[in-house]
Amino acid sequence: MVTRHIVGAHYGLKDWIAQRATAVYMALFTLAFVACTLCLPELDYLSWRALFSSALIQFFGFLFALSLFYHVWIGVRDIWMDYVKPVGLRLALHLVTLFLLIGYAAWVARILWRLQA
Amino acid sequence: MSKRTVQFKIYRYDPDKDAAPYMQDISVELEPSDKKLLDALVRLKAKDDSIAFRRSCREGVCGSDAMNINNKNGLACLTDIDSLKQPIVLRPLPGLPVIRDLIVDMTQFFKQYHSIKPYLINDDPPPERERLQSPEEREELNGLYECILCACCSTACPSFWWNPDKFVGPSGLLNAYRFIADTRDQATSERLDNLDDPYRLFRCHTIMSCVDVCPKSLNPTRAIGKIKDLMVRRAV
Repeated sequence: MVTRHIVGAHYGLKDWIAQRATAVYMALFTLAFVACTLCLPELDYLSWRALFSSALIQFFGFLFALSLFYHVWIGVRDIWMDYVKPVGLRLALHLVTLFLLIGYAAWVARILWRLQA
Repeated sequence: MSKRTVQFKIYRYDPDKDAAPYMQDISVELEPSDKKLLDALVRLKAKDDSIAFRRSCREGVCGSDAMNINNKNGLACLTDIDSLKQPIVLRPLPGLPVIRDLIVDMTQFFKQYHSIKPYLINDDPPPERERLQSPEEREELNGLYECILCACCSTACPSFWWNPDKFVGPSGLLNAYRFIADTRDQATSERLDNLDDPYRLFRCHTIMSCVDVCPKSLNPTRAIGKIKDLMVRRAV
């Protein structure tokens, strides 16, 4: 069988922008979150819980998790693309990664929003 | 200056004779006029004519004598012998198939170069004298047209090692931008389409090994950044 090398998938720019945008958002959120944590009256369970009960932290924290997972998706997919050559195995790994990350996102949502102020 | 002896450790492989590559320890006595690594290699070749390497212009213009010198890609003809730690370890350019000793098969490298259509595309009938550019427009091509296609950069790039058949590589992308940036070229959009691919362009993760090794001090990473910049401006 003749193996032809085929390129020209016509995607990549969107992911490249997303990887940078999510990185910037994660950096900003991390700084803000550390600042919030330092402003807590006491670093115990109750104030930690109160911090996560605030709608702002839930909203921006969930965005942080989504950014992280999208960032991870692009990065891990790049690793599969570089090192896993059999196309079937690579596709399977892409799907496993994608499903895991979607599952994690749902899990984060459940953990964050079950807390009530 | 007196004569001096230089120690080498050279990658040897002749597929017709050797079962596997090996490193050969060899030394050579230099004349006072020998300044560059290539001078020493020519002396070495006179001593043991089975050593194979490419060279041509001996002044950093043809790009033939690119090799891995003490674990860094460079041109033998531009590298001062006295600047190198001994024994000088010479290997072929990494990531390309070895034909013999320090000679590699550059087919894959040139396939990628050809894939970016390295020539001016302009369907207008040629003017009587020449297609003119303003000094500013011409200025943009500086740092791009000087590439001598020695492959030092592409073979220093891990992304090119993993996907030489799919990733264009720093040299190819620098040359791609050379034509994208040329105001006389009319195929800018097609050129960007040709590169909008997770492998062809976006395997570059900006680690800048290409910039580190380029013997002509060019900056493929900056050119790649400008290609991405144009793509963003086209899409957003």
